[in-house]
Amino acid sequence: MDVTAYVVLSGILFTIGCVGVLIRRNAIVVFMCVELMLNASNLALVAFARQHGNLDGQIAAFFVMVVAAAEVVVGLAIIMTIFRTRRSASVDDASLLKY
Amino acid sequence: MYALNEGAIPVVNAASADGVYSLLWLVVALPLAGATILLVGGRYTDKWGHLLGTLLPIGSFLVSLVLFFDLLGRDEGDRQVSQHVFTWFQTGHLDVGMDLLYDPLSALFLLLITGVGSLIHVYSIGYMAHDLRRRRFFGYLNLFVAAMLMLVLSENYLGLFLGWEGVGLASYLLIGFWQHKPSAAAAGKKAFVINRVGDMGISTSIMMFFALFGSTSFTVISEKAANASETQLTILGLLLLLGACAKSAQFPLQAWLLDAMEGPTPVSALIHAATMVTAGVYLIVRSNFIFEAAPHAQTAVVVVALISILWGAAIGCAKDDIKKGLAGSTMSQIGYMMLGAGLGAAGYAFAIFHLLTHGFFKANMFLGAGSVMHGMNDDVDMRHYGALRKMMPVTFLTFAMGYLAIIGFPGFSGFWSKDKIIETALADNWLVGICAIIGAGITGFYMTRMMLMTFFGDDRRWEKDVHPHESPSVMTVPLVVLAALSVLGGVMLAGDWIQDFLAPVVGTGAHEDPPLPALAVTVIVVLVVASGVAVAWLLFGRREVPRTAPQDVSFVTRAAREELYGNQINDGLVVNPGRHLVGGLLTIDKHVVDGTFTGGPVSLGTLAGFARRAQNGFVRTYALSLLGGVLIVVLALLAVNLA
Repeated sequence: MDVTAYVVLSGILFTIGCVGVLIRRNAIVVFMCVELMLNASNLALVAFARQHGNLDGQIAAFFVMVVAAAEVVVGLAIIMTIFRTRRSASVDDASLLKY
Repeated sequence: MYALNEGAIPVVNAASADGVYSLLWLVVALPLAGATILLVGGRYTDKWGHLLGTLLPIGSFLVSLVLFFDLLGRDEGDRQVSQHVFTWFQTGHLDVGMDLLYDPLSALFLLLITGVGSLIHVYSIGYMAHDLRRRRFFGYLNLFVAAMLMLVLSENYLGLFLGWEGVGLASYLLIGFWQHKPSAAAAGKKAFVINRVGDMGISTSIMMFFALFGSTSFTVISEKAANASETQLTILGLLLLLGACAKSAQFPLQAWLLDAMEGPTPVSALIHAATMVTAGVYLIVRSNFIFEAAPHAQTAVVVVALISILWGAAIGCAKDDIKKGLAGSTMSQIGYMMLGAGLGAAGYAFAIFHLLTHGFFKANMFLGAGSVMHGMNDDVDMRHYGALRKMMPVTFLTFAMGYLAIIGFPGFSGFWSKDKIIETALADNWLVGICAIIGAGITGFYMTRMMLMTFFGDDRRWEKDVHPHESPSVMTVPLVVLAALSVLGGVMLAGDWIQDFLAPVVGTGAHEDPPLPALAVTVIVVLVVASGVAVAWLLFGRREVPRTAPQDVSFVTRAAREELYGNQINDGLVVNPGRHLVGGLLTIDKHVVDGTFTGGPVSLGTLAGFARRAQNGFVRTYALSLLGGVLIVVLALLAVNLA
């Protein structure tokens, strides 16, 4: 089966996510872009699994989802805490941990 | 009988100790026990420490006396006894035992050290009566006596070196005994440092003994010495001479002796006149089996001896400090002993003979000087003395006996011993003999000067508030005993007793006829001494002695007052170059070595300072660098796979 279209879509989604992470300041948006990247990679995994005709890639996609869920829990908690103390969700404001 | 010496060296062939000789170890152990008890016991022994410290050397003396008479009863060939106390260490081929050797040479030293030592201990009870640290003083004195006995009793050079260092330590502790005086502390340090130079000689020679003969035992070395080449033996002889020079304050390592007079006077009498400073002479006489086969080393000994005789005499002439005058005289008299020792088998016995008589009369005069200081509020300047013969009759009479002995007044002990050395020197080389005779003349001069300035003249030169008085009998009795020995010491020469007695150790020299008959030599020496005495009387007896030293004096006098610039020479040749060298090394260490080692870390630190700027705290920057890294990895993988 030809999976080219899926892989191209996955690449476009990943690039959007990646650019979003790099240029947006709002932590929530950055977070959503990270999720976008994760799902783009999931799409690539599933597409290649279909091409190879086995389930390895699909299993890996489940793992990514579990990790993403855990990451959302921790990440949102951190973002909330920062927002409570600094009244801002900008990732550039939280830059105290440096040289 | 022993072969008349043709380079033939008597081999030590000792019988093992039995009977009374099994007590030999006690001679060393008694004073060592005293030192241990007094120094470890601390304040608890303050009350009776000085009594114990005096009794133990007397005990040693009694044991020595018993052994000596037993030795006299033995056959001549049988008079060497060795005792194996314990094995010191044993490793591979090396086996060094703590062995003691009792032979005629060490027998005489034992009597001198314990006899004169005991008298000086008794004297110190009175002299140090008002010193709060008297118990410690006696502890140190006992330590000294034990080390000195170890030095002369050991059967190998390593044990001798142990004693050698022990007396050096005791000397250091006792010179600096009044350590609250910076001058005394510095004098102790100076003696210690200069003696280290000599110790280099001894320790190097011990290493050579191990390398050449595989042992340091006198028995082994005297047997094997003939196998070594003359060059090796000459080097050994010169190294031993270096050690002897430092310990015996001979040129060029003499500078410490005058400063050493900072110590209490009994110390000067015991260590820096009678016993320790003669250890160098003992070392050379004991090593006769090396020096006999190394004529160049013997010549070096004679040269050192002659320079020291005249150098010390010059110092003795110019010093106004009574103890320093006596110290100069000690250096000069030890020069005579070294001269005797340097003359080979013909002179060894006379060197030891002069060593013994000098031990008597110089200890006597030092203790006499101490007695005078005791009566004059510890003033040592002879220009503040005068007319003391009426106030201190006993001190005066005993000092006079020592005086007559040292200048060589006919019949007194010093007359016999010095005369014999001069005769032997003349027979060996007339130039050496003439130098020795000149030295005797100067001795007559400076001792008469000392005598006149101290005991004659009038009392106008005294300091105010001085009330000279005779010392207590605990101090005068040792003086009387030593004075008697100074007068009668010459009997050891009767019937050539001392030569015959020492023959098993040092051999007997072939008798060389001096260029003049012996009687003529004696007359000449006495005349030279008499003229020295007469000059001194003209200068110090007939004329009034000024209360302060005259300043408009000749270059010679100024040089002699400065100890012939011995300290300046040391400073210029050794101390200052050494200081500069160390200063230079310190600079190099600070800038070059430290620079190399700190330079690396410092530049790394600077680099890290730049690198850490990358940690700017912005999450998005990190994300970008992450992306960049991933891209590089991906490109690299593609490049590898496609290539």
